[in-house]
Amino acid sequence: MTHSMILAGSAASNTEVVTFWALAVVAVGAALGMILTRRAVHCAVLLAVVMLILAAMYAMQGAPFLAFVQVIVYTGAVLMLFLFVMMIVGITASDSIVETIKGQRLFAGLAGIALLVLLILVVGHATIGAAAPSGPRNSSLNVNGLARLVFTTYVFPFEITSALLITAALGAMVLAHRERTSPKPTQRMLSTRRVASGRPAPLPGPGTYAQHNAVDMPALLPDGTQSRLSVSSALAGPAGPERGAGRTPIGGQVIAAEPQSGGGAQTAGDEQEEEQ
Amino acid sequence: MISPANYVALAAILFVIGGVGVLVRRNALVVFMCVELMLNAVNLAFIAFARLHGDLNGQVIAFFVMVVAAAEVVVGLAILTSIFRARKSASVDDASLLKY
Repeated sequence: MTHSMILAGSAASNTEVVTFWALAVVAVGAALGMILTRRAVHCAVLLAVVMLILAAMYAMQGAPFLAFVQVIVYTGAVLMLFLFVMMIVGITASDSIVETIKGQRLFAGLAGIALLVLLILVVGHATIGAAAPSGPRNSSLNVNGLARLVFTTYVFPFEITSALLITAALGAMVLAHRERTSPKPTQRMLSTRRVASGRPAPLPGPGTYAQHNAVDMPALLPDGTQSRLSVSSALAGPAGPERGAGRTPIGGQVIAAEPQSGGGAQTAGDEQEEEQ
Repeated sequence: MISPANYVALAAILFVIGGVGVLVRRNALVVFMCVELMLNAVNLAFIAFARLHGDLNGQVIAFFVMVVAAAEVVVGLAILTSIFRARKSASVDDASLLKY
């Protein structure tokens, strides 16, 4: 029994070595890509990669409960929250490459390298031995042990945590609430405004089925040109309209689209035509 | 058996990458994400130390770090949306009213 357990343990440790190095390389690469890529959405996806890898590493280290909490809370809730806010701020939100402080990037990189050298030296000089023999912290007793600690030793911080969560929820509601500064427009006002705007009909739909199965494809007009009104201003890409342009026509902007060739696309576009 | 020192070294590398990201990036959302990366790196170190000592206290601390980070993200993103609503920008350079 013990012998087979030791054998299984050595096989498992070999697996752990391979898994660790494979996952560590991917995690560091994704983290580096996160600070190098310019678009915020790509950052969020790369951060999700790092967080999932960290969850796997928690599971490898005998913390199955925290691995699941990591997936549920971080990858599930926190990153979804980031993506929701990204929808508000605009999907094209990307960094400007203008340095507001001269040489900031250089000095930030130098400071990062210095901190890395310091931390690696500290870790290298510390005597970090082998892991303790596996005890009640892994297997199914992990949750039991955590629950015992949380509800005995750490019961006061745990209760404080509930106060913190309620405060955070209230704060988010207060901060995200918008006071209406003007009275809510009635239906009559809305219809008057719509007729006065010169475009009583709704904006045309995207050319989803014209060539591609994507909503950022512009619809084709009967004469074969692309209808710029048909693409949502939030999706028009880097060359899209300025934020806050609202429902104004996408004037003077070039929508990145596939070159349309072939009669099939044209006829499909004609079916999608809207009344201008 | 891989040494916990490897996990701690990986945590240090991820922490430094997150810190450089906070210093370099201008988009407030990305800055937040880099802060999350730093918190995650610290959690990895906590769990590696918990395994090193064969003790569950480190895992409980990592658990509390996760809870506090979730609360922080909720409030931080709400502040971000309200700033964006007022200034139409998510850049950390634009929220400089108190400077002058």
